Amino acid sequence: MYLQERRSTLDLFRQMLRIRRVEEALAARYAEQEMRCPMHLCIGQEATAVGAISALGQDDRIFSGHRAHGHYLAKGGDLTAMIAELYGRASGCSKGRGGSMHLIDTEAGFMGSTAIVGGTVPVAVGAAWASQLRDEGRVVCLFFGDGCFEQGVMHESMNFAALHRLPILFVCENNHYAVYTPLEERQPARPIHAIASAHGLQAQELDGNRLPTVRTAADEAVHRARAGDGPQFLELHTWRWREHCGPDVDDHLGYRAPEAQADWLARCPIENEAARLHALGLLDDIGRQHIENAIQHEIDAAFDAALRAPLPRVEDMYGHLHGQ
Amino acid sequence: MASNPLADIFPPSAPPPAMRKQTGIEALNDALGLCLQRDPTTLLIGEGVPDPKGIFGTTAGLRQRFGPQRVLDMPLAENALTGICIGAAISGLRPIMVHQRIDFALLAMDQLINNAAKWRYMFGGQAQVPLVVRCIVGRGWGQGPQHAQSLQSLFAHIPGLKVVMPVFPDDAKGLLCAAVADDDPVIFIEHRWIHPLRGKVPTGYFETPLGKARRRREGSDITIATFSYMTIEALSAARTLARLGIEAEVIDMRSVSPLDVPAVLRSVAKTGHLLVADTGHHSFGVTAELIARITCQGFDHLRAAPASVALPDLPCPTSHAWAGHYYPAAASIAEQALRVCGVRIGEAQRHELNTLQSDTPADIPNPDYCGPF
Repeated sequence: MYLQERRSTLDLFRQMLRIRRVEEALAARYAEQEMRCPMHLCIGQEATAVGAISALGQDDRIFSGHRAHGHYLAKGGDLTAMIAELYGRASGCSKGRGGSMHLIDTEAGFMGSTAIVGGTVPVAVGAAWASQLRDEGRVVCLFFGDGCFEQGVMHESMNFAALHRLPILFVCENNHYAVYTPLEERQPARPIHAIASAHGLQAQELDGNRLPTVRTAADEAVHRARAGDGPQFLELHTWRWREHCGPDVDDHLGYRAPEAQADWLARCPIENEAARLHALGLLDDIGRQHIENAIQHEIDAAFDAALRAPLPRVEDMYGHLHGQ
Repeated sequence: MASNPLADIFPPSAPPPAMRKQTGIEALNDALGLCLQRDPTTLLIGEGVPDPKGIFGTTAGLRQRFGPQRVLDMPLAENALTGICIGAAISGLRPIMVHQRIDFALLAMDQLINNAAKWRYMFGGQAQVPLVVRCIVGRGWGQGPQHAQSLQSLFAHIPGLKVVMPVFPDDAKGLLCAAVADDDPVIFIEHRWIHPLRGKVPTGYFETPLGKARRRREGSDITIATFSYMTIEALSAARTLARLGIEAEVIDMRSVSPLDVPAVLRSVAKTGHLLVADTGHHSFGVTAELIARITCQGFDHLRAAPASVALPDLPCPTSHAWAGHYYPAAASIAEQALRVCGVRIGEAQRHELNTLQSDTPADIPNPDYCGPF
């Protein structure tokens, strides 16, 4: 394996591990009640974010929904600004107006995540439309969940994207639950990706917990989208490890079968990738420890900086409602 | 009339603009063409925009001039298309959406309220949504419960949305240009009956500031603050009131949000009486809001309780038999104005009010109201 590829493969592993450790740190400190906003952790779903975003360039743009920490970090969103946002600081990525569910880092190409299921779907399509109209060569990538597929706006948006052959990659993170409600109670027994195909998108269904699988499919899809082949769709099966909203594990509530939970825990995207890298001779215990240490160092520094930042001034509350 | 009614647009030092007579439709069409011409990032999209009828003629010929990429029809998907326009707007384009009926915009309330109104604020000013949504309020010929709503108060309730309601062709043009140039989402509400109105309109591109009322008639006895088509009814009522010795000052509010409260306060300080007329429903509506503001901020100016003229709290019934009872017109405004001014309605008053009863059915625009104004 060439050095560059080896670095890149290791870097994607590092990115997944970084997202995991950041969210574990958030969960550990959440009980202090200083991060006073709803928080939806993506622990267990790191390969979808890192795999799909690895196919994008710096100038490409992404949008996401309420469970967006992983997407934000994978696209290069500023870690300190995100943590400051969760602490309600003036230096937060949304200046304290958004919290966990409203992240943005335009320099990194993370154009926004919002709190209404389906809310950013048409907005992302509009960004892809703008890219096409101005011939920018930019691809837009949009993350959403299986629940979003029940929203009318999802279908309206796919229709327009297909009609205009827009340069967009739809990434459906199918974690099989909308809060506590299983997919079977919400949608008939037909594959999500088949509906996307029927809308005229090029769609695939994949194991979203296997980084190389996601990465390869996303690479090809982004390439097609950029080449003018129209909208692409990936349905990625995955599993949220923690509760829908909050820092804890909620499987004692009994809404998910213990066998399924055990099965998905065994399919950890990070440890599976670590094992693969071990087998390829790309990662050993010492290398892993180096990566862990560097991540921990970065997280500690980010929390320190975020907590030192001032809260927003009362007189700034009315700012940014309108321009000019 | 004010000495220079266009002083807010064309400074006194500037040479007077060339004027021509146009209908509302022609003025709106002119404005759209000028906006598309001066800024290549402007887009025009809506159901029927490029079709043979071109949104009552307001979009006629624009596709031919600016091409199918910038002037286009859309799928019947109001919510997604609103979101798509938001996405284009935050990416640096200036979309103008059109709904042939404002009732259709209700399908897009999620995108308008949760995204368009909040995007700038919730991301701390790092993005903006320069989006115009033209919405047409239907009236007459049996438009009925779902094609004749006048929903300005619904939109004006939402922080982050600006709401504009022009009446006269010059304002239709100037306010539309200003709305397109504005960096925030603007709900641009056109009452269908303003389209045939005829008036003098400055040629070329100009912007009329949003959030500024315009006095359309000077008077000393009562302030009639009006929204949209009720301005026309109020001007008609004012002529009758003058014959009864009441000089009404008619202020066309032009914008619902921002609301030009200072303009009304200044007028009420002079007249001491206030009547507000709106094309929407009474309850929780625009008339209630303006009366509340004036009462709270200008209580000492008021010599009598204010009153309002608005639609009853009912869906619009379809049968033409009800139209005259559903839509208040000049006669209602004149009668309310007399009551606010404490004038007893006797024989003479009743006679004058009766002359305001139009021979035209209330479901068809009164041809006398077509101007020029």
